[in-house]
Amino acid sequence: MTARSDLPRSFQEIILRLMTYWGSKGCAVLQPYDMEVGAGTFHPATTLRALGSKPWAAAYVQPSRRPTDGRYGENPNRLQHYYQYQVLIKPSPPDLQDLYLGSLRAIGIDTDLHDIRFVEDDWESPTLGAWGLGWEVWCDGMEVSQFTYFQQVGGHDCRPVSGELTYGLERLAMYVLGIDHVMDMPFNDPDAPIPLKYGDIFRQTEEEYSRHNFDGATTEMLLRHFEDAEAECDRLLAQPSVDPKTGKYIVMAHPAYDQCIKASHLFNLLDARGVISVTERQAYIGRVRALAKKCADAFVTTEAGRSAEDAA
Amino acid sequence: MPDLLIELFSEEIPARMQARAREDLRKLVTDGLVAAGLTYASAGAFSTPRRLTLSVEGLDATSRPVREERKGPRTDAPAQAIEGFLRSTGLTLDRLERRSDKKAEVFFAVIERPGRPAADIVAEVLEAAIRDFPWPKSMRWGSGSLRWVRPLHSILCLLADEAGSSIVPLTVDGIVAGNTTEGHRFMSPGRFPVSSFDDYRARLARAHVVLDAAEREAAIWNAATQQAFALGLEVVPDAGLLAEVAGLVEWPVVLMGRIGEDFLHLPPEVLQTSMREHQKFFSVKNPKTGRIEGFVTVANRETADHGETIIKGNAKVLAARLSDARFFWENDLRTVKAQGLEGMAAGLANVTFHNKLGSQADRIRRIEALAREIAPVVGASPDLAAEAARVVKADLQSAMVGEFPELQGTMGGYYARAAGLPEAVADACKAHYQPLGPSDDVPTDPVAVAVALADKIDTLTGFWAIDEKPTGSKDPYALRRAALGVIRLVLGNGVRLELYSKLASAQVPHLPAIARDRDITLLPDNWQRDTNLDLLAFFHDRLKVYLRDQGIRRDVIDACLAMPGNDDLTLLVKRAEALAAFLKTDDGENLLQGFKRANNILTQAEAKDGVEYSFGADPKFAEGPEETALFAALDAAEAAIAPAMGAEDFATAMAAMAALRAPIDAFFTAVQINTDNPVIRRNRLNLLHRIRAICGQVADLTRIEG
Repeated sequence: MTARSDLPRSFQEIILRLMTYWGSKGCAVLQPYDMEVGAGTFHPATTLRALGSKPWAAAYVQPSRRPTDGRYGENPNRLQHYYQYQVLIKPSPPDLQDLYLGSLRAIGIDTDLHDIRFVEDDWESPTLGAWGLGWEVWCDGMEVSQFTYFQQVGGHDCRPVSGELTYGLERLAMYVLGIDHVMDMPFNDPDAPIPLKYGDIFRQTEEEYSRHNFDGATTEMLLRHFEDAEAECDRLLAQPSVDPKTGKYIVMAHPAYDQCIKASHLFNLLDARGVISVTERQAYIGRVRALAKKCADAFVTTEAGRSAEDAA
Repeated sequence: MPDLLIELFSEEIPARMQARAREDLRKLVTDGLVAAGLTYASAGAFSTPRRLTLSVEGLDATSRPVREERKGPRTDAPAQAIEGFLRSTGLTLDRLERRSDKKAEVFFAVIERPGRPAADIVAEVLEAAIRDFPWPKSMRWGSGSLRWVRPLHSILCLLADEAGSSIVPLTVDGIVAGNTTEGHRFMSPGRFPVSSFDDYRARLARAHVVLDAAEREAAIWNAATQQAFALGLEVVPDAGLLAEVAGLVEWPVVLMGRIGEDFLHLPPEVLQTSMREHQKFFSVKNPKTGRIEGFVTVANRETADHGETIIKGNAKVLAARLSDARFFWENDLRTVKAQGLEGMAAGLANVTFHNKLGSQADRIRRIEALAREIAPVVGASPDLAAEAARVVKADLQSAMVGEFPELQGTMGGYYARAAGLPEAVADACKAHYQPLGPSDDVPTDPVAVAVALADKIDTLTGFWAIDEKPTGSKDPYALRRAALGVIRLVLGNGVRLELYSKLASAQVPHLPAIARDRDITLLPDNWQRDTNLDLLAFFHDRLKVYLRDQGIRRDVIDACLAMPGNDDLTLLVKRAEALAAFLKTDDGENLLQGFKRANNILTQAEAKDGVEYSFGADPKFAEGPEETALFAALDAAEAAIAPAMGAEDFATAMAAMAALRAPIDAFFTAVQINTDNPVIRRNRLNLLHRIRAICGQVADLTRIEG
């Protein structure tokens, strides 16, 4: 049995242990992407790097925003801003399940005492034109991670296949630390000179953003920005592949993809503001997906996204 | 006679796919073996979350040698023909035999396939089975191109006999077949070799893997019921959940927990659904209180603390789930108490039912009008039926149904009672969706029947109007189920409904939208009638399928469908059942023959003479006792049949017809119809017409085969 002293004591310690663990397994420990995204999958280190044949191994925390999940900081485990821990390894190694279980042990989950199960759950992102097969991982009946073998991203077959792991950090940490309300969770060491709880850092922002998401944001502006982002994405990708200034082959796949991310988040905000009808919803999702596909189409022509057989 | 053992070891196979996969593996491999000339004594397939296993006993060690002779073209045939024969046989010209056949010399191919060792065949068959495996969804992984349901890690393939066992040499996408497997992921990690199926099964059991899903199911159910019994409780049976849970564990450990006091007041359906859908828990009922008070979870391992940590974790997750459910329940009740169920339904105006058929609110208005119209026919109060129609779908707007769609109707019933609506209205919330399948109960309360019929008829006429009918295997709106639902509602309750007129009424509110959709102001001539007749024919098709399952022949149904009033399904079935029973008797069979004989002669004469002999036969032209007797018998039959038909007593009517059998037989034996005397002949043909007319009152007997 794991000694009590070996258990993490704070939210940040769990993040640090995951960083150390995946770093020790050979992943590049990246930083969050500096844009508003709905999930760690949107980080180009996952979405774009899952394409093409170049090997890849990255792990990172991604702050994620789901405007409709705002509960003014009152719900014990629902937040409009939360953290995901994301691991992407391409090609998926044969021992990925064992590596994953090692990460649970690293954050103090004793797999001899708990019941860990892999329960079918196929993943699909209609906005990214992506899907994969895998499981949700259960620890004593609670979903602690999503485990997916990517089959397609942006409408392109993934060859080789990437293995993707997503941990919902708050929920996982609450479980490990035995906390019932997210706002009560120690963020830093509870014995630190200035101990901070999750609520000390995020209760006020949850309130402010909940009001913003549901009532504050100006919908006309959001709609306009959505159109702008969509147009800019198209415009960037329509530029000639050879940069007239440098004479180099420079496709602006990443800048275009930034616009796709923007459009996706703007759509989420519009959705939270309740101005998108059921029928329109599908149309908006289709528009974001079209952008994601175009970005993927562009990325696979670049150095980082090329397939081995194309290069040959 | 060797035995064959195959294990395909992978990452966790979805529980719902395992039963099919076992059967597919058994069939693909054994069919392949047999096709290649190997016979076997028996085969059994097994699965756990991480493996598919096949054991084949008493396999031939080598396949039977095959000698085949094939006759080819003549030796002087064109070169093309001879080349074609060589291609098809795979032989060269010098390997062909020349034999004389009647006049000419002909090529013969003698193809001999020697027996092949079982191992060679097994390797081929198994590789093909793996590559062509019909998973509902499959995937690639790593850098490979092989597809499997989840990454495939190892293949065990052994042929074993008294002398020992040997690995079947086989490599699929870099996976080399061997003789080892793995035990439980956490309790017995590591690989070990096996030598036979019995050895495999025993070693797996020692390594904390119960191979047989049926054995796991039995173990789970026994442990669960015993633990519950010890506390004076009972587990709510759920065969689907049991099969699923048995597919999630290799080493089932049953743990029981209590539901927190705060949640015991929730409706039992809510507790059960939340626990089953989210947590895959069984519900545990207290027979004294009738409430769901506990849960059973099935872990995949034993632990040093006897599951204490696991059950605590599960109870905590459940509490979080049920807090959500309680929040939905209380919110919904607040809404209903403040605004009534119709208030809850208000939002349905913004929910699209189908983009050509309007919103859910539009649909509810149509159902309300139709339910009001149908109500008197089924003995319901029109006002009550209309009230029910307005609220039965309100719960689609409730938070609880948003979370658990399968609770639609059930929640409506609770909310209707909370709103103080009449019991018949509350019952209709769930019952109006019924019957959901061929084995589901048919509602009997008149209000529920009226709304259920209106709901289904509106759906059918709507989709018929926009020409979205089921085709082949495609029936995305479950229209066949809706039509069968109408049939079972009508028959189950003995409802006397003129279906055609209801289809016509139900169609009217769809007309403006259809015209708009087609961008025309007037629909084509006869469009309304043709569409309704087409839908009625669809009902008749479904009815035929339904009655065939009840053992009533298609031609019997056709004979009854040809009668007027065939849109009254209750009458139609009554008629068909009586006719089917009648035709099973000797009298029925013989009368049918007599009728057919009369009808044939009459039809021929009518065709030849160009007249219909329906002038009435005159008994004064009768010659001989048989003819006179037939007149008397027809008079008697008509007198008996008329009141029976008036009372729709088909059995009595047919019994009266059966009495005609002997006089008709005697008549045909004694009398010649086509005599030289034209007056007598005409009179007899008119007499035959009376037979046809009498027999034709019950059904169109010309459509009966035989």
